[in-house]
Amino acid sequence: MAKIRDMIPAFELFQPTTVEDALDLLDEHREQAWVLAGGLDSFDWFKDRVKRPSAVVDLGGIPELTGIRDVENGLEIGAMTSLTAIERDDRIRSGYGIVADAARHVATPQIRNQGTLGGNVAQDTRCWYYRSGWPCYRAGGNTCYAAAPQAMNREHCIMGRSRCVAVNPSDTAPALIAVDAKMIVESNDGPSVYDAEDFFIGPAIDITRMTVMKPRDLLTRIQIPETWANADFYYEKIRDRGSWDFQLVSVAAAFRKSGDTIEEARIAVNGVAPFPVRLDAVERLVQGTSGDESTANAAGELAIQGARPLRHNEYKVPLMRNLVRRAVRSVV
Amino acid sequence: MDQVESESVLEQKYSRRTFIKGVIATGATASSAGYLFRGSPLLGAATVQTATERLITLNVNGQDRRVDVLPHETLAMTLRYKLGLTGTKLGCDRAECGACTVLIDGVSQYGCSMLTHQVRGRAVKTIEGLEDADTGELSVVQQAVMEEGGFQCAFCAPGFIMAMTEMIEVNPNPTREEARHALSGNLCRCADYDKILTCAMRAAELARSV
Repeated sequence: MAKIRDMIPAFELFQPTTVEDALDLLDEHREQAWVLAGGLDSFDWFKDRVKRPSAVVDLGGIPELTGIRDVENGLEIGAMTSLTAIERDDRIRSGYGIVADAARHVATPQIRNQGTLGGNVAQDTRCWYYRSGWPCYRAGGNTCYAAAPQAMNREHCIMGRSRCVAVNPSDTAPALIAVDAKMIVESNDGPSVYDAEDFFIGPAIDITRMTVMKPRDLLTRIQIPETWANADFYYEKIRDRGSWDFQLVSVAAAFRKSGDTIEEARIAVNGVAPFPVRLDAVERLVQGTSGDESTANAAGELAIQGARPLRHNEYKVPLMRNLVRRAVRSVV
Repeated sequence: MDQVESESVLEQKYSRRTFIKGVIATGATASSAGYLFRGSPLLGAATVQTATERLITLNVNGQDRRVDVLPHETLAMTLRYKLGLTGTKLGCDRAECGACTVLIDGVSQYGCSMLTHQVRGRAVKTIEGLEDADTGELSVVQQAVMEEGGFQCAFCAPGFIMAMTEMIEVNPNPTREEARHALSGNLCRCADYDKILTCAMRAAELARSV
């Protein structure tokens, strides 16, 4: 897997200090440009020589992309804000604890010190066939090696597949969906705002991308509206080791209660599909209930409706079911 | 008198052994430069317009060092092969082991997974910079490691020690569990974790008593 190679192949490095300059650079270099945030995803690609952009645009020198600000009706997090800063921020911890919790579950302290929220949501999948440079569908080829009869696909998807069976690796993605976060993507054509849920796309929409972002696009800010401030949250990430690992399955949920009754719910799961999955049907099921045991069980069963495991990842079906159950149970 | 003293100081500083080491190091730099540039379009390409200045000043262990850095060079590469600071180890070169942990403005990061150009204007601290520059006195973390003998082969030690150095700054009174969490970005293949945690706890204790 990880081999030491002598050196990253050459590229031209640009270090703009304003978003305008960054957008101009992305405009100029188009498909040849690579946006560098924390770099934890990028450098693997470069060192393995699988992706060889000619122009790397480092966002680290753009002050306006970093920091957490109070805005009208919520919080705004610059895309280059480190995961450590998010994990430690008092406003996020007190009002939107699920986002801080998700950030704390990313990889290791060093990676959280360097890794950014924007990078965490925009990172590419970890399917090792794809990352090793195999010419799969996602890489522009015409097969999926991970779904082949002999393939090792323990970490791959159980739903949402469309030729590609990779999963989204982001820990913060389901938490951002659970709080109805808005992703602000800018380009020289102007800004666009996406609901977190729509920001992530599956292979049925475009097999070569994990998010709506195309060349020339830059994720600049993530807004968390007040809607879910101080709600009841539940976040759980299951992984092989207590550190470093990406999720096998993770769940993020937010509940708004009135007395004992769940008035509104958001439940999202990651690690089960090529995109984080929002469980709308489960949300509707639990709304108006007290989150009692029978509701929790029904929610778990409903969540896995239509799941289609691969040869080595059948375990993800009960894992997802049980995590959804636990999320619903947490309300009581 | 002054003259004599300064001569003896000079002699101490540049003893024969140091001089030979210096020559070897220069040779290594020259040859590794060829290695780094091999197959690179930048080989001898003084005419290529790059967006970043190649000759930069890096603040490493409190000193400003002028160094010629490629745009695609990682900090661990620059530290080890350009500045001779080989205390920073390269284990996996993939942000998966922690051996290359250094402090950037006091914050632990993986030297293998950042470009040197990303740390221009920031303070880089490596294992070589922990002891007191004037007295040679060890830092509390180094002292704790000496006392507790936490490592077997110790290849991972510089990375762990840098992570501990940050830990006692952020949380000077950690529980063993908190120390475990703070050091969860470093691997030890000798699996000496229990003793390493004891070092971390001792380091925190020493730091509090200073």
